[in-house]
Amino acid sequence: MSLLTTILKQLINGLQSGSIYALVALGYSMVYGIIMLLNFAHGDIIMVGAYIVWLMMARFALNPIIALLAAIVGCTALGVVIEKAAYKPLRSSPRISLLITAIGISYFLENAAQLIFGANARVIPPFINAEPITVGAVSIPAEAAVTLAAAGIAMVLLNVLVKKTKMGKAMRAVSEDAGAAQLMGININNTISFTFAVGSALAGIGSVLYCCAYPKATPTMGSMLGLKAFVAAVLGGIGSIPGAMAGGFAIGIAEALVSSAGLSEWKDGVVFAILIIVLLVKPTGLMGRPMTEKV
Amino acid sequence: MKMSRTMTMTVKRTFAFALAALMMLLMLAGCSGQAAQSGDASANTIKIGILGPHTGEYAAYGLGVRNGAELYFNKVNENGGINGKRIELVIYDNKGDDTESVTAFTRMVDNGITALIGDVLTGNTLAVVGEANAVNMPMITPSATAAAVTVKEDGTVYSNVFRTCFIDPFQGEKMAGFANDILGAKTAALLCQTGNDYAQGLAEAFKQKCAQLGIQIVAEEGYAKGDVDFKSQLTNIAAKAPDVVFCPNYYEDDGMIVTQARQVGVSSTFLGGDGWSSVTKYASKEALEGSFYCSSYAPGSTDAVKKFEEEYVAGYGKDTLNMFAATAYDAAMLMCAALEKAETGGSAPASEEYKQAVIDAIKSEGATICGITSEAGYTFDDSNNPIKDAVIMKVTSGEEVFDRMY
Repeated sequence: MSLLTTILKQLINGLQSGSIYALVALGYSMVYGIIMLLNFAHGDIIMVGAYIVWLMMARFALNPIIALLAAIVGCTALGVVIEKAAYKPLRSSPRISLLITAIGISYFLENAAQLIFGANARVIPPFINAEPITVGAVSIPAEAAVTLAAAGIAMVLLNVLVKKTKMGKAMRAVSEDAGAAQLMGININNTISFTFAVGSALAGIGSVLYCCAYPKATPTMGSMLGLKAFVAAVLGGIGSIPGAMAGGFAIGIAEALVSSAGLSEWKDGVVFAILIIVLLVKPTGLMGRPMTEKV
Repeated sequence: MKMSRTMTMTVKRTFAFALAALMMLLMLAGCSGQAAQSGDASANTIKIGILGPHTGEYAAYGLGVRNGAELYFNKVNENGGINGKRIELVIYDNKGDDTESVTAFTRMVDNGITALIGDVLTGNTLAVVGEANAVNMPMITPSATAAAVTVKEDGTVYSNVFRTCFIDPFQGEKMAGFANDILGAKTAALLCQTGNDYAQGLAEAFKQKCAQLGIQIVAEEGYAKGDVDFKSQLTNIAAKAPDVVFCPNYYEDDGMIVTQARQVGVSSTFLGGDGWSSVTKYASKEALEGSFYCSSYAPGSTDAVKKFEEEYVAGYGKDTLNMFAATAYDAAMLMCAALEKAETGGSAPASEEYKQAVIDAIKSEGATICGITSEAGYTFDDSNNPIKDAVIMKVTSGEEVFDRMY
């Protein structure tokens, strides 16, 4: 295998994990864009999604498509419930209260999962049994191809939703100026709930793709994944949808390259170093809007 | 009024004192009674201590060891004992605690034991070896795997301490030998968790043995604790297409690694250590097919093991039948052989000469003892670690099955 082929393969590895980061980062970014909340429970929604996939596939031996739908529906419902129960009553409180509540929700979900499913990893049966796709000298694993395609489709649909639909317009309006949007007759509560629902649905898709790549569910799997997706969102410019996608892919590729260079112990370190550098050099990220902090 | 109250108190105090004194006397009497009893019996018995955690978190290990050893000693007693002398077991529970272990050991010595089977946990054993060395007590631990158990900090060997389990790095050597002799491997790659002593110990020993045998190490990759994505490292390994990949980690990681390895096109044979046990729950049977790992005990592997298991289950049930029950059975077997030999010297059990004779005999007789976990006997190296067979397990059709002794 030539060096070039190896590099190409490493890029595909990076794109596969990057597309999962991107899907999670989108949820972070959208929620931040609309209510200025860093929803730290977002990674744990992925964890719940992974357990749903496990329940569907390992316990009830159902079809992967059903598992996918169940994970999307389950995550969406969970996201909306969390928003209604935990964040809505605090909407007029200081932003720090919301942030702390988000961290509380994150711990709640992790410990609830540990209580219900135990601390041991639950193994999800493989659901793609296809031969790798060969393009020239590079063979792309079927899992990677499916992950990339699914993430790509989800992102295109999200773009259509935000840019072309009425609800998307409302989302953009609320994120621009919630007060003015309300005066224009937009139902803010519904719009915010809808944003949480979309973000969580993306997390649901992310959880299925995660289970496809790393077939196990553990109670704490969401915390590191969530943090890295957060870095991706910040790198891309938090609040920006294309930024979240670009950030996710960039983080995935960075990790793959660091590991392939034999520095796998430094993988997490590099990701968080990126966060520090972005915050120091360009706090608005690659594609974020410049913001003036109101004091 | 005042006067009489003081009087009553004095009387009460005197009474309490008298009661305490009486109790002390009774206790002393009890002790001397016990001492007299053991004195009478000592001519015809040999006392062996068994020490380990029989309650608490690690009870399964401790009970396995206790029962496994007891099973063998009972059989020896039924067949007339050692040179006509009965083996009397002195069993103490250390609750998995270092201080308890030392206390229990001291009590055993006071009780006149000749040798010790134990301790069970590595930490407890480390606490006991110093004490045991001071009184030159022959001891065989069936389960403590740390190198420091038989070697002092200054590098000298505790001449009185032996074990029937193998130490961690030994597995790395065994698997390198297996890759060379049985699989005919010419190239190997490693993927192991950095910062994990177990994995690193195995990997280091594997590499050294490979260098001796002429197996070329073409790639050495690592990963951090908690990682779930190994594809980058595996892609590097795939590029080198080694004959075998040594992956001496714990089963969850190993399962994920093998799964992802097949995805990125690694077709090499995977090898692992005893951390692989139950790996089949964590990867598909297709991905794992043809992998090997080594272990010190395989349930139902040989006729001797089957017989042991039957007897054990009949006596103690299935719950504590584990690897350490088997190595404890071997430890008892080894101990009895050494006692037989020491008996020919004619000195009294528990005497200094007798204990030294037992220690010498463990070393000299070990090779002739066909234990259930080592048919080739227990030869001890310079550090008193056994050079014994490992069980090679093969993963095939989603099952972990006994392949051979190696």
